[in-house]
Amino acid sequence: MSNPGTNKVAVNGTTFDLDHVLHELKHYLPAQAPLKDFIHHNTLHAFQSEKFEPALRRASAIFGYKVCLTVHQYRDLFRKGRIDEQVLRRVVVSRKGIKKVEQWMHNVLEVPYAGGVRPRVGELRAHWKRDRRIDLDSQVHTNLFRILNSYLDQGIAIWHFPVRDKGFLASIREIERSSLVGFLRTKRAKALLLDQTTNVGQLLDMLVGDPALYEHYLFDQQFAHPGWSGLVAVIESDPSSLLDRRKITLEELITLELLLEIDVLDDHFPKGWSPLAKGLVEHPTPLFAPVAMTEADQVAAIWQEAFEWTCYDEALQGLLQNSTREHHPAGGGAQALFCIDDRECSFRRHIEELDPSFETYGTPGFFGVEFYYRPEHGRFNTKVCPAPITPRYLVKELDSKGERKKDLHFTEHSHGLLGGWIISQTIGFWSAFKLFLSIFRPSMSPGTSDSFQHMDQLSRLTVENQDPADREDGLQVGFTVEEMAARVEGVLRSIGLVQRFAPVVYVVGHGASSVNNPHYAAYDCGACSGRPGSVNARVFCHMANHAGVRELLRERGLHIPETTQFMGALHDTTRDELVFYDEVVIDPVNMRQHLKHEELFRKALALNAKERSRRFESVDTAMPADVVHERVKLRSVSLFEPRPELNHATNALCVVGRRSLTKGLFLDRRSFLNSFDASLDPDGRFLLSILNAAAPVCGGINLEYYFSRVDNHKLGAGTKLPHNVMGLIGVANGIEGDLRPGLPSQMIEVHDPVRLLIVVEHDHEVVLRTIQKVAATYEWFINEWVNLVTVHPVTKAIHRFSDGAFLPYAPKYTAIAEVDDILDQLEEEMENHPVRLLKRA
Amino acid sequence: MMEALLPALVLLPFMGFIVSLIIPRKSDLLLSRTSFVTAGVQLMAVVLFTSAWLFSGHVPVNVKEVVVYRSAGYEFFLDLYFDKVTAVYLTMGALLTFLITIYSRYYLHREEGFKRFFNTILFFISGYSLTVMSGNLETLFIGWEILGVSSFLLIAYYRDRYLPVKNAVKVFSIYRLGDIGLILAMWMSHHLWHENITFLKLNNYDLVHERLMEHSLVGVFISLMILVTAAAKSAQLPFSSWLPRAMEGPTPSSAIFYGSLSVHIGVFLLLRTFPFWEHQVSVRIAIALLGLCTSIVSTLTARVQSSVKAKIAYSSIAQIGLIFIEVAAGLDWLALFHFAGNAFLRTYQLLVSPSVVTYLIREQFFHFTPREHSFEDTWPKRLEYSLYVLSLKEWNLDAFMYRWLWNPVKAMGRNLDQFTIRRMLLVFVPLYALGVVALYAQDRLPGALNTVLPMVSALIALIMVLRAFTERHHVRRALLMIIMGHFWVALAVSFNEHFDIMHSLLYLSGVVVAGVVAYACILWLRRTEKQVNLRRFHGHVFEHPRLALVFLLSCLGMAGFPITTSFVGEDLIFTHIHPHQIVLAGLVSLCFVIDGLALIRLYARVFLGPHVKTYHEVAYRSS
Repeated sequence: MSNPGTNKVAVNGTTFDLDHVLHELKHYLPAQAPLKDFIHHNTLHAFQSEKFEPALRRASAIFGYKVCLTVHQYRDLFRKGRIDEQVLRRVVVSRKGIKKVEQWMHNVLEVPYAGGVRPRVGELRAHWKRDRRIDLDSQVHTNLFRILNSYLDQGIAIWHFPVRDKGFLASIREIERSSLVGFLRTKRAKALLLDQTTNVGQLLDMLVGDPALYEHYLFDQQFAHPGWSGLVAVIESDPSSLLDRRKITLEELITLELLLEIDVLDDHFPKGWSPLAKGLVEHPTPLFAPVAMTEADQVAAIWQEAFEWTCYDEALQGLLQNSTREHHPAGGGAQALFCIDDRECSFRRHIEELDPSFETYGTPGFFGVEFYYRPEHGRFNTKVCPAPITPRYLVKELDSKGERKKDLHFTEHSHGLLGGWIISQTIGFWSAFKLFLSIFRPSMSPGTSDSFQHMDQLSRLTVENQDPADREDGLQVGFTVEEMAARVEGVLRSIGLVQRFAPVVYVVGHGASSVNNPHYAAYDCGACSGRPGSVNARVFCHMANHAGVRELLRERGLHIPETTQFMGALHDTTRDELVFYDEVVIDPVNMRQHLKHEELFRKALALNAKERSRRFESVDTAMPADVVHERVKLRSVSLFEPRPELNHATNALCVVGRRSLTKGLFLDRRSFLNSFDASLDPDGRFLLSILNAAAPVCGGINLEYYFSRVDNHKLGAGTKLPHNVMGLIGVANGIEGDLRPGLPSQMIEVHDPVRLLIVVEHDHEVVLRTIQKVAATYEWFINEWVNLVTVHPVTKAIHRFSDGAFLPYAPKYTAIAEVDDILDQLEEEMENHPVRLLKRA
Repeated sequence: MMEALLPALVLLPFMGFIVSLIIPRKSDLLLSRTSFVTAGVQLMAVVLFTSAWLFSGHVPVNVKEVVVYRSAGYEFFLDLYFDKVTAVYLTMGALLTFLITIYSRYYLHREEGFKRFFNTILFFISGYSLTVMSGNLETLFIGWEILGVSSFLLIAYYRDRYLPVKNAVKVFSIYRLGDIGLILAMWMSHHLWHENITFLKLNNYDLVHERLMEHSLVGVFISLMILVTAAAKSAQLPFSSWLPRAMEGPTPSSAIFYGSLSVHIGVFLLLRTFPFWEHQVSVRIAIALLGLCTSIVSTLTARVQSSVKAKIAYSSIAQIGLIFIEVAAGLDWLALFHFAGNAFLRTYQLLVSPSVVTYLIREQFFHFTPREHSFEDTWPKRLEYSLYVLSLKEWNLDAFMYRWLWNPVKAMGRNLDQFTIRRMLLVFVPLYALGVVALYAQDRLPGALNTVLPMVSALIALIMVLRAFTERHHVRRALLMIIMGHFWVALAVSFNEHFDIMHSLLYLSGVVVAGVVAYACILWLRRTEKQVNLRRFHGHVFEHPRLALVFLLSCLGMAGFPITTSFVGEDLIFTHIHPHQIVLAGLVSLCFVIDGLALIRLYARVFLGPHVKTYHEVAYRSS
């Protein structure tokens, strides 16, 4: 037997080490932050230290996740021609050898596989119901969730959790001690709660009784509500993810849940009950025992690879064919930097189509400037750079004229007794009118998340540090000239913009606008921690226009002509609108250029809206671009529109190379585009930093879409239509459900679950050396969570990365058609469109 | 003229509903257009009718529509009625449905079950229109039943998840409780008036006054039963906890039904029956007190809710509590005004509830002060904490329902575990035969036996349905038990009157036909599926949607839903129970309630919930 009251016990060689189990739990639980900080990440990050295929198999066997399409769905794609037979055959040959091709082709195409998983997690705790006929979850969950939600609530409840500054359990203890009505019903459970020495090990002794099963039991218990447990683990490790901070640990949550279970059992079995392990005939399969590979698994893996490479091959073939076409070097027009985001892919294409002299570049949308931003009157600093970076700088907004409107419908008064009496009979009729308007004439409202509100267009920013002692909240206010120069240089060199500067260089961040959308943060720029990129764009331009910075850059061999000016802008990807910042600093000569460009942008935005609209069933794509554009704008403010935009859906590629590789190529908004010039980076220095960001950011986005798509119930959030906002931190179905991390079905329904293919335009030997430099980055490639190929900048030879080496690769040949007007072709269909070459004017 | 048009207002949504059933599942546009047109035409018709009615002197209109069944001393007829209460409720219903159908047309776009959603909405609004235009309790009851079933279907809209199905059954069971109130009220009022009285006649002060003077206790009984029904439907104490749990469907359906129309229908019942209890001071006090208690308790509960829909639900309940007070005080205009305002406000609040994150996070970002005090913080700690915990636990209302209502029923049923199917047939079939013999020999039996026999039969019927309700394994056993239960009910009542075999046949024919169909469905299902039992939810609707529909219809038929003759039979059965046989009436109505629950449970367990097969995505139980 174990010693009562310890969290570490050893029995018959099996040990229970609570700290270890907690660590493991936190590792496997969903790692999604509260809603305001929704940032895409690999949903199965816990398995990333293994190779993709076995990892998925394990995840499925342990947790019951569905990790790929069903064989039926793959065959359906095959019939529709979305999976190519030649590619499929190639995959079968490479995996099974030439001799077994026919047999495996038969398996793949014909043999019925039943499918279905019985997850190991939950097996042990299921015995409560099976052996003792008691449904613990149905009696514990409601209570547990509402206690958690009330404690963590950020502002929905009017009457707050009465004790909240002491830590979770301590607060509950204090209430339980003084309250006439407790959280717990029975004496023993109550006494255990009030006893500060009560610990998890001791409670497990009572409930389970066999230390060998404790780990399994805790996994079963926590994975019965992974949403809440995951959120608690996130808050524990990063308390700043809540603006109104709370102290809570996963251990406290487990302790409370165990106590609630004892409470329910004591209440249900007044004559007493024995621990679960007693009378347990069969022990459940150990959670992390090896998982066998079945024939069905292999068939699914073959299908998945064939599906992915059908898509990749077409794109690679497009790149190759595009590179053989004659290129007119662009120049003389203007230049613009965009985020690598796949949503900018088409916008850039339209700009270049309208004005071939316009050059566009892609770089992560925080533009290399990492800082916290504090808007005027803001009580907090908000991070606007990739999530893993911890900035040391603060940029403040001053002189904002922005106004925030109030909406009585969200106020507390309507929920009071008398307030409600008055409001329902007055404002109530106003609501009817507003409802009417919102249906027939949707417009911006205080409930809209508007990307342009992130920063007032006419405000000032504290970009330059005036005095090193100027610090707030432990952050340096602004950047020194030296720090600014380093950042500007880094970005310009990494994208290969070091000469032939145009008179006006635009730096375009992006954001999104939507209403009635708790996941609004997921629509903004991922490289800015789920915020619009406007501040970063403006800050970067301020730096690049700074005389001192130019001076320093010149010393380092980067000559930016004096006539060149940078101008920040924000592209709203939902509404397809563009706002420019600091237009006043532009000199009159450049201003004339700018006015011309403004018209160009306007046209490109309308065309972009038209192209996007083909996936919106309720918009008639065939109408003129301006009309479609208005319809698209309307969607972003319509309460009843669950798909204001489709975000990253359909993403599949990430091209790291010169724009000439992709310019004039129609990739259907499926590609992240990161500019990079191998000739300026022979030893891969900039490439390393690009891949260090691209692999986790683009790979994270891609895999979150992948997993939310293949198992929208367990790895996604399900349909958003019944969602109920819990404490401003998450969404649940109805009022008593678990939190639903992941993406709602409306975001992923048109997504094809394929892994990201990163295409690097560089010599494969340099790339190999580069990716091996940082273990965390290399893991993405070696474990195949993203696929990688290189295209040689000169010879255009393709190499595919596989098992630690690059091997020559020839994509299946299909002639990529050349088209005059791609938009014409798009009007008819909603599915992914094949890669096309655009005819040059 | 007015009379001729009135039925059209009821028939319109029904026609839309029927049309929507025929439209193929894939024709999204056609479906949403049908709903849109139905709701639009209905709205126009209601507005025109109401305006015409206002101009023509706004006297209540009454139309005796169809006589469904007539026999000696009994007449079951549909009756429509239109007065100011109808006008307000009907206009609100048409207006909100119109807005919500347009809203949902986009919001539900591409959602699986798009057709089901619009079918259910049209079904609901048909029931709603019938209810608010009903001219007697029987007609109202038909609408009432439709409301109950369509609510169940809307809550269980996401039928492949556990919680929506569980909560749909929970809400249905509360509705069913309310139904007993209505059945008993109908029963007593048959005896009070010796007819199916119309609401129009209730306006006749002299008539009501005279009758109630003679039978004041009967009057109180009927009023209290009406109050129970109204309280259940309007989520007043002690039933309140169902309302937030009903918010499982798509947000617009929660907004319109549980934010506005459905939840105010209890108020409607009170307004409609006001002339009946107007002069019963005790009843008026009871209604006001109930409203007051509810509004206080739900306001406290609303204040601690940290999920946005629950907060809105409890705020709405609190306002309905106030409306109860207004109705009791005779302020009917105020109550109607308050109803409209509250319905609009809560509908809109629910519709924009997802925006709360954007709005409040922004508020917090710019206006946060670390420790915001709520006024409760000034109370003594003990009081503050106690009230907080109580409110957080929703005053244990949900647990209360379980502990005092469903658990005892289940416990009773479990004690009957030893009745295997064979034993049941062996014991009860001969017993039943004996009962029938006794029935024919009724005149020769001693008088005492004649009073005991109905009770015994009813008790056996109750045992049967209880057993069906708690059956854990065999679906067919449960079905058989339910059918046998109905036979015993028929027998029990037959002792009472001069035996009219036509009445029993009318009642049993529907049950038997529906029962046979249901039984056949299960046989069919068992041919292809290995797992068909009652131990868990099976979600077979995933693979057998049509079979599920047929089974649901036959279950509803057995439960006395107005699609078979049993519906009239059920009403008829009650007319045979004498006013002094309160125990018998109680037993029989309990039978009906549990019977309905058992059937819905059967349907839910076999066809709804997470699918037993896991080759596709299956949700967590906690979602």
